[in-house]
Amino acid sequence: MALESPEAGDPATAATGEVTPSVHDAVDEVYRAESRRVLATLIRLLGDFDLAEEALHDAFEAALRTWPREGVPSNPRNWLISAGRFRGIDRIRRRSRLEDSRAEAEIAHQFNLETPDGADWAEWLDDDSGLVDDRLRLIFTCCHPALSPDARLALTLREVCGLTTEEIAHAFLIRTPTLAQRIVRAKTKIRDAGIPYEVPARAELPERLDTVLHVIYLVFNEGYFASGGDGLTRPDLSDEAIRLGRLLVELMPEPEVEGLLALMLLHEARRPARTTPEGEVVLLEDQDRSLWSAALIEEGTELVERALSSRRFGPFTLQAAIAAVHVEAPSVAETDWAQIVAIYDLLLRIEPSPVIELNRAVALAMRDGSEAGLAAIDALLDAGELADYHLAHAARADLCRRLGRDADAAASYRRAVRLTTEASQKRLLESRLAEVTAGP
Amino acid sequence: MRYACLLYLDAMELEASTDAERARLRGESDACETDLRRSGHLVAAEALESVGAATTVRVRDGRSLAVDGPAIEGPEQLTRVLVIEARDLNEAMRLAAKHPFGRFGSIEIRPVRSDRGNAGADAG
Repeated sequence: MALESPEAGDPATAATGEVTPSVHDAVDEVYRAESRRVLATLIRLLGDFDLAEEALHDAFEAALRTWPREGVPSNPRNWLISAGRFRGIDRIRRRSRLEDSRAEAEIAHQFNLETPDGADWAEWLDDDSGLVDDRLRLIFTCCHPALSPDARLALTLREVCGLTTEEIAHAFLIRTPTLAQRIVRAKTKIRDAGIPYEVPARAELPERLDTVLHVIYLVFNEGYFASGGDGLTRPDLSDEAIRLGRLLVELMPEPEVEGLLALMLLHEARRPARTTPEGEVVLLEDQDRSLWSAALIEEGTELVERALSSRRFGPFTLQAAIAAVHVEAPSVAETDWAQIVAIYDLLLRIEPSPVIELNRAVALAMRDGSEAGLAAIDALLDAGELADYHLAHAARADLCRRLGRDADAAASYRRAVRLTTEASQKRLLESRLAEVTAGP
Repeated sequence: MRYACLLYLDAMELEASTDAERARLRGESDACETDLRRSGHLVAAEALESVGAATTVRVRDGRSLAVDGPAIEGPEQLTRVLVIEARDLNEAMRLAAKHPFGRFGSIEIRPVRSDRGNAGADAG
């Protein structure tokens, strides 16, 4: 291993050669900071997800053995990549001897093509752009359209974020073996179908990037709008999504990538005010705005302004712009609803969807009065697509209640309750239902 | 890598189309496959008669049973089979998307196994 150049050893450990806490901590620290980047590069060098994961393990084991004796190398990442590659190739050699001697020549051929040797190799490793590309390669491969949407999500959280299979299964309320199976199938498809480990060509980039952004946003939403259960671990998913968003902005600062990060940050800023300490939902109009995170709002607003000024933005940026209008208002009444309706109109032009129409109808009710909003929602419900969407009935019920049409409101609250699976939202709707049926 | 592209068309739509429309589709499809052959991507291409001409054979308990029609009934019929050579799935998808059948029906891309079960091919 050419790159195992030891630095001046840690005096506390060099003498004994035991894994003392300080080196152990250092390895842990390096694992947290670098393991995903090292994995991303090993997948490219070894051409296989499972092999790269084994090699990553081997490399950290080697670090635990070597670093106490020789000290933590000055560039731990390169050390680990080099050690992982060496052990990965060793594993292929051993495996291929058992299976087919012809494979040996093939491997040699493959690795000569892929990596320069000797001194070039060290220089090449130091070229940071190559390594940055590997993380992008990993993201685009995990979010490849030839994988099922479920698989993209699971694989991204597993490989890019480094969550364990148990953690992902727990967060999505599915059994661990089911999730593990999903990941195995996805990796098998990547191998058998020949999904390449690469950032897509320029012509395909917009569409492929869109798939990546949707995966990230799905992860965020699962953490932000818990779709079921008690949602105790859900904020972790939002954190992971924001981390992914930041990474993608760093690697590929496209306007729409910034727009998505802005959208997530502006939602996240409101999290502390969204629920009571007991976990009950607090609606926007009742939220204590002093609880909103000023730092996240500032960061999100800056990002959304930058994305908007590029004039190459898409739906995520527009949604972020709407969130930005909300967070800059001192109250619901003082919110610039005219601007929000205008942005929804823009959004509908590039991405027509009944859910966006519903949101626009709610904004319209704020701009032009409940009567106008109700007419728009009824038209949407008549069209049929939102008939089973609990928020459509909840929104209708709220407007009827404001107009004093209690019987109408009660009927809509009942439908909304029936269609809601998440516990705290259900309780909120039930309390509203009690209000309108209690009588004067 | 080698990929089989299974080209499906909607049977109802195909029947409803005019002779001129069908001739145009055939023309576009031939042109596309000629391009693929020239660029060295096309290994083989076969056009199939309609499912009306299909016979399905199954052997059960040593007895051979033949029935009229395709093995799997569905709104879309397998009408053409291409075998292409592509660097990876991304290139295979790019090449498949050029075929006019993609606009009217579906193109299923299946990797051809390069190990056993493909003794005739010289891939490797």
